[in-house]
Amino acid sequence: MLSKKQLFTRGMLDISPHMLSVIPFGIICGAIGVELGFHPYLVYAMSFIIFGGASQIVFLQLLSGGASSLVAVASVGIINSRHLLYGAVLSEYLEKLSFIKKLLISYVVVDQGFAESNKFFKKNRNEEFLHYHLIGTGCTMWVCWQIATLSGIVLGSFVPEELGLKFAIPLTFIAIVVQDLKKLDHVIVMITCGLSSLLFFDAPFKSYIIISPIIALFVAALLLRLKK
Amino acid sequence: MTLTAIIFAGILTYFTRMTMIALISRDMLGDKIKAVLEYVPSAVFPAIIFPGIFINDFGTFIEMNDPKIFGALVAVIVGYFSKNIIATISAGLVSYWFLIFVVFN
Repeated sequence: MLSKKQLFTRGMLDISPHMLSVIPFGIICGAIGVELGFHPYLVYAMSFIIFGGASQIVFLQLLSGGASSLVAVASVGIINSRHLLYGAVLSEYLEKLSFIKKLLISYVVVDQGFAESNKFFKKNRNEEFLHYHLIGTGCTMWVCWQIATLSGIVLGSFVPEELGLKFAIPLTFIAIVVQDLKKLDHVIVMITCGLSSLLFFDAPFKSYIIISPIIALFVAALLLRLKK
Repeated sequence: MTLTAIIFAGILTYFTRMTMIALISRDMLGDKIKAVLEYVPSAVFPAIIFPGIFINDFGTFIEMNDPKIFGALVAVIVGYFSKNIIATISAGLVSYWFLIFVVFN
């Protein structure tokens, strides 16, 4: 049985390689916000209040492009609705926690943290303090995201644009799913999601980001039925 | 005004994170749904990966000889065999840089 501290540290270690892509992306996000003409305090407030990577850039781009606040807020909600799926997966492991703890832990659920903690949870179901792993991944992400966006806001885009570091984001998610390419059913689900996301890329409010997972999960349900 | 919008966006985002964790109990999800939820990572992340590779900053499709496609393939191969996140990201970035700075320059 691992202690709370050990689990927290394990979570930190499991997510830290992803900071290779998260930190440059955070710097870019902060710098873009200021370049678009928003007050630095507002750009930073987003990292604290929304704390949601790409949705922050989309929000500012929409507003600076003349979209109404309603459209910008709705887009953030739709882009981030994928967290509902993460929550549904995690709820099984967090059910013993008190309501207050669930409310607090929810704030730090992010893509990479969900991915790494979910992998850990599956292998270590019987640990008593499992949620400390999720706190470890989430807090590491939170601290790095705040520092990265702040440095982008203060120092401007000191990451050269020619390096194309935004490309590190798809790479970080490739690293997350690549081992599942061993399983044919997962490959089918991934391709379904990927192709749907390209097909629906122009759907309003960036809704491709939740439409394609829903289509892919339907395919997954069909595959499960065929397996029986 | 913008701050109000940010706060609403933040509340909405928090609700997407909190709803399923705090308001849904395990018994409300049947075994079949749980089996489907096993596929969540494979069903969600390609929606971030594919557009990140195949669609450029202007929202249009890239050419089939774009360096990003090559970089992503290298990342998949290195990631598959190394099982190492840093190796996967670095391999993808370095091969991408090799193409844009050395080959196409």
